[in-house]
Amino acid sequence: MIEWIVQHILEQYNYWISIVLMLIGFYAMIAKENLLKKLIGLSIFQTAIFLFYVSLSDVGTGWGLRFGTAPIVWEHGIHEGYMYVNPLPHVLMLTGIVVAAATLAVALALVVRLYEEYGTIEEEEIMEMEMDLERGT
Amino acid sequence: MLPIEQFPVLVVAISLLSAITILLAGVINKKSCFFISLATITFQFILSIFILRHVLTVGTIHYWLGGWRPPWGIEYVVDTLNAYVLIIILFLSLLAAIYSKRSVEHEIEARKLPTFYTLFQILVTGLAGVVVTGDMFNLYVFLEIASLAGYALIAAAGGRALRASYNYLILGALGVCFFLLGIGFLYSVTGTLNMADLRILLPALYGNKAVQAAFVFFFIGLGIKSAFFPLHTWQPDAYTYAPSAISVIISTAMAKASIYALIRVIFSVFTVDFITLFPIFDIISWVAAIAMIFGSILAIAQFDLKRMLAYSSIANIGYIMLGVGLSTSTTLGLTPALMHILNHALMKGCLFMAACAFIYKADLRDIRDLVGLARKMPYTCFAFLLAALSMIGFPPSVGFVTKLYLILAALDAGKYIFVAVIFFSTLLMIVYFWHVIEIMYIRTEEKGEKEISVTEVPMSMFIPGLVLAFLCFIVGIIWLIGTPLPIMDAINSGLGLGVVVP
Repeated sequence: MIEWIVQHILEQYNYWISIVLMLIGFYAMIAKENLLKKLIGLSIFQTAIFLFYVSLSDVGTGWGLRFGTAPIVWEHGIHEGYMYVNPLPHVLMLTGIVVAAATLAVALALVVRLYEEYGTIEEEEIMEMEMDLERGT
Repeated sequence: MLPIEQFPVLVVAISLLSAITILLAGVINKKSCFFISLATITFQFILSIFILRHVLTVGTIHYWLGGWRPPWGIEYVVDTLNAYVLIIILFLSLLAAIYSKRSVEHEIEARKLPTFYTLFQILVTGLAGVVVTGDMFNLYVFLEIASLAGYALIAAAGGRALRASYNYLILGALGVCFFLLGIGFLYSVTGTLNMADLRILLPALYGNKAVQAAFVFFFIGLGIKSAFFPLHTWQPDAYTYAPSAISVIISTAMAKASIYALIRVIFSVFTVDFITLFPIFDIISWVAAIAMIFGSILAIAQFDLKRMLAYSSIANIGYIMLGVGLSTSTTLGLTPALMHILNHALMKGCLFMAACAFIYKADLRDIRDLVGLARKMPYTCFAFLLAALSMIGFPPSVGFVTKLYLILAALDAGKYIFVAVIFFSTLLMIVYFWHVIEIMYIRTEEKGEKEISVTEVPMSMFIPGLVLAFLCFIVGIIWLIGTPLPIMDAINSGLGLGVVVP
């Protein structure tokens, strides 16, 4: 039992944290009424995916410790006995972070415009106002 | 001799450069923005014709970005399927651009024109990129480029469009995140992002849980983006409240690009061999059948013309997905689905153009206000009539061809229930389109009712609609003659379809 916990939870704690974060973000996106809180949820969800990708690149685990080092070719060539992490997921996630930042920027701009239009960022209240507008016209 | 091998990257690069040029040119002259955008999209469209011709005569185009060889570098691959969808997307973008000239001047403040056309061009860049790329991560980036431009453009209308755009953003971002997660799963087991490479490496891993989870993530992610029932909840609001030209482009080009991405992932990354391991396509067929009925019933219940068309789109995405779902069990393969990608783009583009023309002239959103409009706006109403007839399936229109081929596919697969579903959904379509046509053409104003004075919209707004309306019938006849069927066969054989899988 303890062996199982060590193998599947402690040694892979970064994946577990990623899953927990993903679910927290997902919950916030669905359950929260406040438009900004939904965006915070989206942001947490995206960050969890980044963590997942970065975890993929890691090598050499034991008791939750990581031994891989930065994949840089040194002056004297590659050192014997070192393990190198995979650089590709990191590069992908740099693009991912840019995309996430752009999404967040567009979303925040939308929330600002919604606030200007309706004077609130609570979804319920905005929907009620829209209903009133519908009845008025 | 033209360097046609370079054209796939040119379609994307020129478009991106043009987007920046528009922003700069807008500082000097706001009028020039539209013309730069129009010229770029025209040029892209001409390039896409050359690409299709080259693909059909010579073969698949491979372009290595920066000269890096495929498994490591990003590769653009254009085969018959890409070239076919690329032409559809750029043609519809071109018509939407022409249509946008007057409608945008009417709907958007003059000082915002440069940013509007910059975003429009970025949207076209993203859509073209989704179609030409042969790399999973690149596909994700282009999807996001197109989506982000799309959110901003929908919100450009202000008012109700803002919340529609926000909802679309939350769901769209979630969908693309799922797609990214799926890529991560595939990368973790194969270590590659190239589609062709994945296709080779995956068969050994079909039993792997990560690969199966990746498929589900891809399907849900792209299903949200293409508004496949029951993941369509963002769609009616977004289509209804977006600016006119944007309604046209997102309901045609953008929806088709997402469907293309879905088909590409299902058939090129995962293969028919993977799909037939599970009853995925039975589920897709049934959900598509529900979408066809559900979309049509809700369309009948609408009073807002654009919202009615939006729900009709959900039903039509169902038609395409039914074509996909039946593809492995019939000799026709993907032909009905691919046909409907073109056919639905033509019909829905025309219908949205007409619906937005009514809003442009007199802010007529409600179907009940369209009384006797055929006499006042004859060209627009005629375009609407032709496209609506086509939607209903009047021979020899494109709608008829789709239904015919879908019925043939369902009969061939021995799934007769879907024939009944197609007939039933056609009946429902007749109900809601006939309702509009009757009000427009036959009903006259009752006494005491205030007569609305409207005239025909400007030429740049009804010509694209009429072109699409006539194409609905011309393309229908071309399909029936069978000239483009070799293209379909080439696509089917390229994806390993067209033979009955037991």
